Amino acid sequence: MRILVGVKNVIDYAVKVRVKPDKSGVIKDNVPHIMNPFCDIALEEAVKLKEAKKVKEITVMSLGTDKSNTILRTAMAKGADKGILVQIDQATNEKLEPIHVAKALAAIVKRDKYDCVLLGKQAIDDDCNQTGQLLAGMLNWPQATFANKVEAKDGSIDVVCEIDGGLQTVNVKVPAVITADLRLNTPRYATLPNIMKAKKKPLETIKPSDLGISLENQTEVLEVSEPPTRSAGEIVPDVKTLVGKLKEKGLIE
Amino acid sequence: MLYIFYMIFPRNLLNSVYVSGRRFNSTLVVAEHSDNCLSKITLNAITAANKIGSDISVLVTGSDVKKIAEDASKINGVKKVLVADDPKLKNQLPEAVADVVVAAHKQNNYTSILAGASSFSRGIIPRVGGILDVSPISEIIEVHSADTFTRPTYAGNALAKVKSKAPVKLITVRGGAFEAAPNTGGSGAIEEAPKAEIKDHGTTFVSKEIVKSDRPELTSAKIVVSGGRGFKSKENFELVYKFADALNAGVGASRAAVDAGFCPNDLQVGQTGKIVNPSLYICCGISGAIQHVAGMKDSKVIVAINTDKEAPIFQIADYGLVADVFKAIPEFIDEVKKSK
Repeated sequence: MRILVGVKNVIDYAVKVRVKPDKSGVIKDNVPHIMNPFCDIALEEAVKLKEAKKVKEITVMSLGTDKSNTILRTAMAKGADKGILVQIDQATNEKLEPIHVAKALAAIVKRDKYDCVLLGKQAIDDDCNQTGQLLAGMLNWPQATFANKVEAKDGSIDVVCEIDGGLQTVNVKVPAVITADLRLNTPRYATLPNIMKAKKKPLETIKPSDLGISLENQTEVLEVSEPPTRSAGEIVPDVKTLVGKLKEKGLIE
Repeated sequence: MLYIFYMIFPRNLLNSVYVSGRRFNSTLVVAEHSDNCLSKITLNAITAANKIGSDISVLVTGSDVKKIAEDASKINGVKKVLVADDPKLKNQLPEAVADVVVAAHKQNNYTSILAGASSFSRGIIPRVGGILDVSPISEIIEVHSADTFTRPTYAGNALAKVKSKAPVKLITVRGGAFEAAPNTGGSGAIEEAPKAEIKDHGTTFVSKEIVKSDRPELTSAKIVVSGGRGFKSKENFELVYKFADALNAGVGASRAAVDAGFCPNDLQVGQTGKIVNPSLYICCGISGAIQHVAGMKDSKVIVAINTDKEAPIFQIADYGLVADVFKAIPEFIDEVKKSK
């Protein structure tokens, strides 16, 4: 099996984002960026499948500016065999929609023939939770979303998926799209020798036009604003006072 | 008639016709249900659909769903209920449901297709987008017009007002952001959904494990009691359930508590778990990381019980109690019982 993994460069989850004064977006300059945590989990699962000899080769791709090269190299240090950067300029990157990423992935799948695409369930910046499902729809492939456990069999994959209220297990025939949930695994750290080795792995840079895809926007962001803030309330001295206040407000009986 | 419009007008011009002339709006809401019961989040989605415009149809998919269809027809504001009753739709796999949605859209040319944002619809709505080459809008919290919506990004730390130019708006609706539509007073006509060819997509349902509980469901509970790392063990976490039962509350948890194995995954509240907005949210032993706050900051009243007075949770809590949860919770339960 050959696997394609999509990775996205996002603002570090530990950073408190700030909205630009002109409300055009959030401040991204001089803010630490990382590989989206869910992409990291998807990649880890691909590497584990390779270690279990279920997978021959892992390609990792990103649609973004050349800043995404950093996460592609990190991905290769963690075990991906090669990388593809579908390079776009900063302005295009700002307006990127999941459907554009899905189109790029679909085009690469058609060009290079993969048996499985592994993605994170959502990016922690746009919080869309769409790309994997869009891709599965485009390719007419089966999809298993919010994977909690993945077991590769001959020609198919058993996936335990997190659903509201519990878990659901499905079997998807390959080729298939799988999106990773938080509990699928714990991603490894890239070791220094592997980081050095990753520098020699092939990294292909192409343009969306090389894949014959257009990144025309269907969604326009009119304004980005701060959510209404909650202010700190009062510290109560003891449980009795707390219960009294909640009863007074009719919140508890 | 809509079809002729598509032929004469370019898509963006057609969109402006939709916005100015509401009579052209037609909305399909994909119903979610389980165990012969329509999910509440579908009622929230119908309220959002009402804000977009008139003419709401509800699509019910599944096997033996006659009762669900009847329930859906009684929801206030529903004009029509389309029923796709097919053994192939038994487990409502997203691949099959998406095919039915696409077939209904091809026949009726909806201006928008909505569903409540849940694991069910997150599987379906974007897949439909992939089939129709349409960019969806996830988890809207506000409707400004038929094509303009607000949605949270960055774990709720930035709100984006977006305008969709897509020929059909594919939308998931955050349940907590819209009131539930009344499930009486409607008299929608029940019809058979347009025939869809449900292909074999290569997905087979194997099994489902639903965590059974008598407690109120987390996302619709009026009170939620949430536990975090502060409980230290699975055994200790039992105290959270006890507390919830005393208040007839739903139980939530922080990621730390789930990761440590104190409780099941589906209790997680936060950016990657459930988004809740109860009247009262009580966090016990939770520090208040950005990702957790994303899931509960729209609660009407927040109470925090934590030993660490510097914990970020106190910055957003309406009432804070600096105390040990193992002492404070039993005392709280006693205090509540005393007055009953």
